[in-house]
Amino acid sequence: MKLHEFQAKELFADAGIPTPDSQLASTADEVVDAAEEIGYPVAVKAQVQVGGRGKAGGIELVETADEARAAADSIIGMDLKGIHVDRVLVEEAVDFVNELYVGVTMDRGEGKPVAMVSTRGGVNIEEVAEEDPDAIVREHVDPAFGLHPYQARKAVFEAGVDREIATDVASVLQTLYQLWDDNDGADAEINPLMVTSDDDVIAADAVFNVDEDALFRQPRIAEYEEETKSDDPLEQKADEYGFDYVRLDGNVGIIGNGAGLVMTTLDLVDHYGGTPANFLDVGGGAKAERIANALDMVFSDENVDAVVFNIFGGITRGDEVARGINEALGQFDEIPKPVVVRLAGTNWEEGMEILDESLVTVEQTLEDAVQRSVEYAQEVEA
Amino acid sequence: MSVFVDEGTRVVVQGITGGEGKFHAGQMIEYGTNVVAGAVPGRGGQEVSGVPVYDTVEQAAREEDADASVIFVPPAFAGDAIMESLDSPLDLAVAITEGVPTQDMAAVRKRLSEVDTNLIGPNCPGIITPGESKLGILPGNIFSSGNVGLVSRSGTLTYQVVDNLTERGLGQSTAIGIGGDPIIGTTFVDALEAFEADPDTHAVAMCGEIGGEDEEKAAEFIGANMDTPVVGFIAGRTAPPGKRMGHAGAIVSGSGTGTAESKIDALNAAGAEVAETPEQVAGAIEDLL
Repeated sequence: MKLHEFQAKELFADAGIPTPDSQLASTADEVVDAAEEIGYPVAVKAQVQVGGRGKAGGIELVETADEARAAADSIIGMDLKGIHVDRVLVEEAVDFVNELYVGVTMDRGEGKPVAMVSTRGGVNIEEVAEEDPDAIVREHVDPAFGLHPYQARKAVFEAGVDREIATDVASVLQTLYQLWDDNDGADAEINPLMVTSDDDVIAADAVFNVDEDALFRQPRIAEYEEETKSDDPLEQKADEYGFDYVRLDGNVGIIGNGAGLVMTTLDLVDHYGGTPANFLDVGGGAKAERIANALDMVFSDENVDAVVFNIFGGITRGDEVARGINEALGQFDEIPKPVVVRLAGTNWEEGMEILDESLVTVEQTLEDAVQRSVEYAQEVEA
Repeated sequence: MSVFVDEGTRVVVQGITGGEGKFHAGQMIEYGTNVVAGAVPGRGGQEVSGVPVYDTVEQAAREEDADASVIFVPPAFAGDAIMESLDSPLDLAVAITEGVPTQDMAAVRKRLSEVDTNLIGPNCPGIITPGESKLGILPGNIFSSGNVGLVSRSGTLTYQVVDNLTERGLGQSTAIGIGGDPIIGTTFVDALEAFEADPDTHAVAMCGEIGGEDEEKAAEFIGANMDTPVVGFIAGRTAPPGKRMGHAGAIVSGSGTGTAESKIDALNAAGAEVAETPEQVAGAIEDLL
């Protein structure tokens, strides 16, 4: 789960990390009021979770009330890389002489947290990591002890941060690690951490992503959840139903059980010349109602021209799946989109007996099922 | 022969009084697994499916001489349950639970480096040596005994490949689902190392997916250390960057790490054939044997 910038900054500020004075606003009047209160110049920043907001026109620096109003009018309501902007953060513009990067994440390969510092802040850190990996100093953390203060200092000095601000930067990194650890963080980043001419450091941007599996023990973060839901109505629906769902841009709808097998089905659609419309994993042990919900969801995606339903039952039972498909399709006078079904594994024979073959096309193998669905989709398109 | 588990493995089921634990303990017993005990705090002295329940894993191990555990404990308590089996100590722990917080697994991983226990999972279907023992939720009836080792990050994809193998008359020595989480116990390298040492495993099918660098590390290991031939498969060739494909670990990062292409290239460079469909995995294995 990704927090919005203003939420992450709230978290940072409460923990003692210096952040610029700011206010959240959702109308032009609110933006102007906030700007007057904070004092010009201010930055008006779209609160959406897409990278490269600035380049896409989602951040403007303004010096007068007229400019603030104009910025609000252009940013609030705009479509930023497919996401509707309904809130902006009005923030004190920081006069800086230098930009740093500090971050904490989980190193999967090592199975350990890692704290990072770089003097190459203010730019895309993933690009820095690729071009000049040595420009980012990484300090692995033993999760049993946490980040020792000496490690934070070591990372800061190794990175070549100026002596005058080194202690402050180390302290920010230490606090950021503690926040990450206390809140079940996945990624925590300050980019840039601005350095002012008075040798103060201030978090000009804030990224905080949380491990969704740990929300049960993070009540404060869980409260943010409602506000950070996806803007895509289908992804919202998937969330309601509790499906793992990813919308893609093709026309073959895909439903299956188990992430690896669903991914494989996507790849096979591509292999046979089709384009996947989505990834939808109904999970393990799905009952008839869940299966019907999945079909309903994929049908409601207007890009979908044909559906392939591939279930290999372990804890999921073929008879339940068949009942769900009958139920979902039985309500139509005419099936809206052709559905190809392949059942294997637990109770597949029972499933085949139950399945109403006047409603769907049945195939025996994964390959045949995918091929057939791609053909259907191509026919519809033609 | 087989790897990690055989007919002699004595199993304790952690969480045996819960819905999943109870059902799958029954399924395991029916398959022939030597389930000797259950462990559930506060339920010591009870019996489930004819199996005695103890309050702690250590008691179960001591009283019933258990050497392996299967964990069906809710995610909030799973990290602790894994720690308990590591400290009991057992030779093998298999964690089925999905949704264990990643920071809990970082602590487990640290402890794993200090003990001799092998952990499989979490978020995995378990492990099976066909005809001898299964620890987990794999449907036993699709497996058959033979000489193909199988290791996979995904449950149902494992079933699909096993089905294709069995259809061609290719039985399995042991099949291991290592799980799709970012931090897991047994990795591809650990499983491959075990298969390489097993004289009855004549070929290995390895099913990876996008995300992380475990497949690349496996390729390095195959190139340097394996005589047993390996056929690879990578799911997620068409997955867009930045989107998590179901498994917490299955994501191509914005910087381009974890792509299917990098994994396929690494496996090819190590001399492992990479199949494009599950059916082709079985075909390639058949050609090798």
